[in-house]
Amino acid sequence: MADLTSNFIGIETPNPFWLASAPPTDKEYNVRRAFEAGWGGAVWKTLGEDGPPVVNVNGPRYGAIWGADRRLLGLNNIELITDRPLGINLKEMTRVKKDYPDRAIIASLMVPVNEDCWKEILLRVAETGCDGVELNFGCPHGMSERGMGSAVGQVPEYVGQVTEWCKKHTCLPVIVKLTPNITDIRKPAQAARDGGADAVSLINTINSITSVNLDSFAPEPAIDGKGAHGGYCGPAVKPIALNMVAELARTKSLQGLPISGIGGIGTWRDAAEFLALGAGNVQVCTAAMTYGFRIVKEMISGLSQYMDEKGFSSIDELVGRAVPNLSDWQNLNLNYVAKARINQELCIKCGRCYAACEDTSHQAITMSKNRIFGVDDGECVACNLCVNVCPVEGCITMEQLPPGSLDERTGKTVVAQYANWTQHPNNPGACAAE
Amino acid sequence: MAISALASGIVPNRLARRQYADNFSDLHPRLNDHEAMVAADQCYFCHDAPCVDACPTEIDIPLFIRQIATRTPEAAAKTIFSQNILGGMCARVCPTETLCEQACVREVAESKPVKIGQLQRYATDALMDSDIHPFNRAASTGKKIAVAGAGPAGLACAHRLAMKGHDVAIFEARGKPGGLNEFGIAAYKTVDGFAKREIDWLLQIGGITLKPGVRIGGNLTIRQLKADFDAVFLGIGLGGTGRLGLENEDMAGIRDAVDFIAELRQAGDFSTIPVGRDVVVVGGGMTAIDAAVQSRLLGALNVTLAYRRSLDMMKASRHERDLATSKGVRIITGAVPVAIRGNGSVEEIEFEYSDDNLEPTGHKFAIPADQVLKAIGQKLADADLPETENGKIKTTGAGRTSTEGIWAGGDCTLAGDDLTVTAVAEGRDAAEDIDRCLMS
Ligand SMILES: Cc1cc2nc3c(=O)[nH]c(=O)nc-3n(C[C@H](O)[C@H](O)[C@H](O)COP(=O)(O)OP(=O)(O)OC[C@H]3O[C@@H](n4cnc5c(N)ncnc54)[C@H](O)[C@@H]3O)c2cc1C
Ligand SMILES: Cc1cc2nc3c(=O)[nH]c(=O)nc-3n(C[C@H](O)[C@H](O)[C@H](O)COP(=O)(O)O)c2cc1C
Ligand code: SF4
Repeated sequence: MADLTSNFIGIETPNPFWLASAPPTDKEYNVRRAFEAGWGGAVWKTLGEDGPPVVNVNGPRYGAIWGADRRLLGLNNIELITDRPLGINLKEMTRVKKDYPDRAIIASLMVPVNEDCWKEILLRVAETGCDGVELNFGCPHGMSERGMGSAVGQVPEYVGQVTEWCKKHTCLPVIVKLTPNITDIRKPAQAARDGGADAVSLINTINSITSVNLDSFAPEPAIDGKGAHGGYCGPAVKPIALNMVAELARTKSLQGLPISGIGGIGTWRDAAEFLALGAGNVQVCTAAMTYGFRIVKEMISGLSQYMDEKGFSSIDELVGRAVPNLSDWQNLNLNYVAKARINQELCIKCGRCYAACEDTSHQAITMSKNRIFGVDDGECVACNLCVNVCPVEGCITMEQLPPGSLDERTGKTVVAQYANWTQHPNNPGACAAE
Repeated sequence: MAISALASGIVPNRLARRQYADNFSDLHPRLNDHEAMVAADQCYFCHDAPCVDACPTEIDIPLFIRQIATRTPEAAAKTIFSQNILGGMCARVCPTETLCEQACVREVAESKPVKIGQLQRYATDALMDSDIHPFNRAASTGKKIAVAGAGPAGLACAHRLAMKGHDVAIFEARGKPGGLNEFGIAAYKTVDGFAKREIDWLLQIGGITLKPGVRIGGNLTIRQLKADFDAVFLGIGLGGTGRLGLENEDMAGIRDAVDFIAELRQAGDFSTIPVGRDVVVVGGGMTAIDAAVQSRLLGALNVTLAYRRSLDMMKASRHERDLATSKGVRIITGAVPVAIRGNGSVEEIEFEYSDDNLEPTGHKFAIPADQVLKAIGQKLADADLPETENGKIKTTGAGRTSTEGIWAGGDCTLAGDDLTVTAVAEGRDAAEDIDRCLMS
């Protein structure tokens, strides 16, 4: 079995699966259960200043959207940081870390933008024996109204400033957790790096309203007839998170900045994709909240089977492997030509490919009287829509036209040579290929 | 040339050749990838899942289904095999409708459970096809354990013991291992020599010596085994059969259903198996159903299954009964055999209707029968065993018998319940207990 040991900014854990700062890590009881189930680390639910803790609403905190069969696809929450006293959390962290020395405990922190506040909490947190701190610059609701969370994360200067203070006042590794509620994720990441961060983690939740009650006209989740926007997470946000992680991983000025990938991870495959796109480890929240801590067993067995199959002996061999293949659109090979192909043996004749292509695309799917579906190469632009709407996986595939064959749509012979938009005659700014 | 289906008497070749192949093909062929994904998608990954409790071997079903859903059927198989080394056979033969699938929360919600058994087959086939044995033996302990009987109980026990580093010798009375996996289970549940393949695969763990053709209690006594080995496990099943207690019971044409099935399972070529035109099976369990269905599949024209109590008291599940009736078996209930008639060989069998307490009603009827198969229960065939009760070995805890150093499990014990999966669970648990006793 492959070795899943992970070393993220010097923090060694038996596997790269950590629980993200959220309700699953809000107390000793939960974190112990998580470690028993096999999680490699836990970022404790965000701690605030000493003194009277924040209070949460006493009605629903969550809204959700579901796919077929009521599978939870997206979760939205209006929960604040921990509403338990700082002292209790710190005591619990100390106890858990002592009992699970091989697992990581990271303290997630959020205090006002004031050096003394950060200094004070950092000193207290260090006494727990925890392995690092994560600065929560991401919470997009409630706390941001108080000038914390995403209110900090959206201003790169603040991000840099607070990171600097933290590096100054603690020797623990500092992870900066970024908010996705920003136009260019590279800016706060750069600020964190410039401030001395050891790593960034992303994404926190995305501003969202999941639904509106059409009788009471209140956005859900509604508290006494009123709603507020919340933070979105779960499977639905994975593509957004993956893109943001990848953006950082391929940015030159951020090379070498470790990334903890978060957002919509629920299976070993999701995790492997984040790792391949440059994350050094991953954090999980919604999937654990949906299915319980036991899902980590599948993540462990799946990732190790995959690594065995690929012949990877350590996580590092996987990390970043897909990054070189991420490029800008303008660099994609325009001489690569594919066509849709329908496997008649697998086809169940639902006709969804036909509806999709005929009504909304290129009229390239043909249909005979007895419901045999085919592809008209003269029209097919290889857009992949039919593949994506087909209910049978592998029934429709995109097959590359080999160089030398005729693309019936353009009437041109497919050439082997790579050519992209920057060289294309239709591009007014094209520069001729060398 | 097929003999006409109408010929009376017990004869082979009742069907055209290719019909045998059709009739005895896989009852539930393996799910293809698409079917498996759709089926796996149905699982809710329940907490403390009721299906797990309902499985005698307590396989972590939600986990293995999630592993299938994430396209690691090999990991799923390992989850299965770590609890049930005969998970491949169980996937084929377990009456899931009364076990895991009955407990599935989807059964409550939509009367349609997740296809747990078929998903289990999908996963176990994936790993076994690649001929990977996913477990390694622990370092040798130097302890020697004798296992009597190479049925599911004995095999599961032997594998677990071998895994823990003990040396195991399995003594098997028959010339071939497998127990009822090899000689009992309906042919259409375990096609293409699966029982043998599974044993070859299981033995890859190493440390197990198979000694076929050795009956414990013959030249080699249990006492001798006790002296020669550090522990003994008895998984000898139920080799004996019951009797109807009727005159003419030994007339030609009348036999035990288990013998008929054993012959059929070993035939290789089903067309060579003789079967009556008018077959009557007496009994109400899985054996009765299997005998009746397979008689039909061999070409018997009329097959009647007669059970002495009412339908809902039959041991065969509704699913099994539906299978039988769909194959053209007629099921009569509340009928007790009272007379066998014939001239040299059986010609008819007479029944009397009775209530659930077997009180006769005085109403009688006779059915023509050129073959009668008795499936009225098996019992222990061996003597000189640890203490028995109701004809089965008494055990406490994880298979401990009244004699120290001797464990037992599977059908031969009171705790057995005529299920392959229960035999596996008991064999495994006894192995764990033996290991604890020997190593502490
Ligand atoms: C016809 C039939 C169909 C069945 N169908 C199903 C089904 O579909 N699903 C299901 O779950 N269960 C089914 N069962 C029940 C299932 O087969 C048994 O519960 C299971 O095989 C019990 O396993 P075991 O190891 O205890 O005994 P067995 O399988 O009976 O194995 C015992 C072994 O011990 C050997 N042996 C006996 N005496 C000695 C001795 N003195 N020394 C050495 N070896 C000895 C025997 O030869 C045999 O190989 C069926 C049973 C029958 C008869
Ligand atoms: C109810 C809830 C509370 C959360 N609280 C915090 C928090 O206190 N601190 C924090 O950094 N992130 C918090 N998060 C965000 C998660 O840590 C994580 O970044 C986000 O949910 C995306 O991951 P996921 O898709 O795996 O859930 C919270 C998320 C949820 C659902
Ligand atoms: S999960 Fe349900 S029961 Fe538990 S606290 Fe929330 S609302 Fe209450």
